[in-house]
Amino acid sequence: MKTSQPVSGGEKPDQGRRHWLYRTENLPKLWVIQILVLLLALLPEAFVHHHPHFLDQGFALDAGLGFYAWYGFLSCAGMVALAKVLGIFLKRKDTYYDE
Amino acid sequence: MMSELALSPGLILILGGLLIPFASARQRLGLLLGLPALTLGAVWWLPDGSLLTLPFLDYVLEPVRSTAEGRLFATVFSIMAFAGGLYAHRQASRTELSAAFVYAGSAIGVTFAGDLLTLFVFWEIMALGSTVVVWSAGGVSAYRAGLRYLLVHLLGGVVLMVGIVAQVVETGSLAFQAMQPDSLATQLILIGFLVNAGAPPLSAWIADAYPEASPSGTVFLSAFTTKTAVFTLLVGFPGADVLIPIGLYMVFYGIIYALLENDMRRILAYSIVNQVGFMVVAIGIGTPMALNGAAAHAFAHIIYKALLLMSAGSVLLMTGKRKCTDLGGLFQSMPITAINGIIGALAISAFPFTSGFISKSLETQAAADQGLLWVWMLLVAASAGVFLHAGIKFPWFVFFQKDSGMRPPDPPTNLRNAMWLFSFLCIALGLYPQPLYAILPYPVDYQPYTIEHLVTQLQLLLFAGFAFFVMLKQMRRTLTISLDFDWFYRKFFKEIGKEFTGRTSAARAAQEQRMLGKAQRLIDNLYVHHGPRGVLARSWPLGSMVIWVAALLGFSLLLYYL
Repeated sequence: MKTSQPVSGGEKPDQGRRHWLYRTENLPKLWVIQILVLLLALLPEAFVHHHPHFLDQGFALDAGLGFYAWYGFLSCAGMVALAKVLGIFLKRKDTYYDE
Repeated sequence: MMSELALSPGLILILGGLLIPFASARQRLGLLLGLPALTLGAVWWLPDGSLLTLPFLDYVLEPVRSTAEGRLFATVFSIMAFAGGLYAHRQASRTELSAAFVYAGSAIGVTFAGDLLTLFVFWEIMALGSTVVVWSAGGVSAYRAGLRYLLVHLLGGVVLMVGIVAQVVETGSLAFQAMQPDSLATQLILIGFLVNAGAPPLSAWIADAYPEASPSGTVFLSAFTTKTAVFTLLVGFPGADVLIPIGLYMVFYGIIYALLENDMRRILAYSIVNQVGFMVVAIGIGTPMALNGAAAHAFAHIIYKALLLMSAGSVLLMTGKRKCTDLGGLFQSMPITAINGIIGALAISAFPFTSGFISKSLETQAAADQGLLWVWMLLVAASAGVFLHAGIKFPWFVFFQKDSGMRPPDPPTNLRNAMWLFSFLCIALGLYPQPLYAILPYPVDYQPYTIEHLVTQLQLLLFAGFAFFVMLKQMRRTLTISLDFDWFYRKFFKEIGKEFTGRTSAARAAQEQRMLGKAQRLIDNLYVHHGPRGVLARSWPLGSMVIWVAALLGFSLLLYYL
């Protein structure tokens, strides 16, 4: 795991000696693994029966197919987008309060 | 029941903490580990109920009241002091260790307070102890951040004191018991509690002060102040509806600001506000299940948040860097720190088989049971957001992302042991929640491990993680901070002050100029008459002198003849 790479890193990274996580040729593999894990997490949808929490209010979305998956994804995407927009107004250089 | 010997278990840490500066290195380790163990023993040794009553003016003080809620919080505070002492004992200054133990002891004192005056006294000792912990880091920025921190807490303390006095005047009783925020007195007490919980608008003090403390100082700070506030809200204001929107605001405030943040410990500080927000919502819901959820979540949170900050503190100690833009790739040379950081990150995200999974789900379940559709929807979205802003963001930017090229080793043994201890607790509580459920304030009728709960939680978190990597480009770290309410007291009022100083000094200069001009004119006038060439200072010619003398003599001769 440990490499004797110089501390400065270098402009042209030595691909052969880098950790496999940092090699560009492994990037597609990492994406494939991630998508496989996601598909695996969706697999139980075929046989798990979800109980709706709010049936008396006429709301049954939470028992729908893959609700937690799409809701989790969309709410996170929404929060990142919201942070991005608020960042336009709120972000300042990190020396802002220094004299 | 009354016992003459009953003393608040918090005093063990407060008085013992004051001995720390005078102990030798070996004795100090004994104190750091022995005092919390002794405190834990005392917490469980004391029987239920009010154990000591002291008459005070026309009122009755109950400095030692043992309750299920108090015991639960005092237990986790003791565990925290133990692990914090282990983590800190070689690196932290004696001042910091001493202040941290006084701080921890006063937090435990609050959990055993049966009356509002005792609560207030320990509350203020806590503010002082924690300020000294911030200051112990040394340096100008820690000094200033500590001062701002102290001012916010003294303000909160004043509001709390006014509320307590008004409450005593209204009800004639000092007892600390469940209240409703329906009078000015109870509203002020609620505000006093909420300031310490990190509620809006003053939430900024957490992310402002905590990351300025030393690596170990931040670990101590993360545990006590906000969770003591959760305890007082839990006992004082269960079911107060206003807490639901306040808590929801805190939940999303924490997520958004953590997403914008670049400093790794500040990310975790914002995430404290987020997590306390969950607890505040649950206290606002106020059912036994929700209150159990808030208590269990606070217990689990103290452990995994301390673990995360221990991991971040180790990185800071070994690299001297705190910004995500400077970090990355550290998993290669700090594998133990990375593994423990990841365990903490999984626990805060409520991954199955961790302490977060078995505690936070009580709160969301309570919202569902009460039919609070919107609250439930927002809490589920926020649960995904926790994974996003802390669960992945912290380990990713510190231990992975780009390779920073740094190859620091793992931290010294005592830091590693403290991290392993808390990692063990995170997983042990997740796998075996019964001991925690058994000490919650109300009987627990909840099974966290159902197939449905496991599947839905995994889907929620994994797809939140997917969103993180899909939108990674949107989250590129920048060398920035984010404006918050502290802008008002760090910039706005300062600028106004500067403007005021500038304008008043200009006005003063103009006034001075006018007065100088007047004085000058006066001098000029005098000069005209009395100066070397002035009429009254001129030298007189000899001839005119003789004429005048002759005239005078003539005049006196004339007078003589008359």
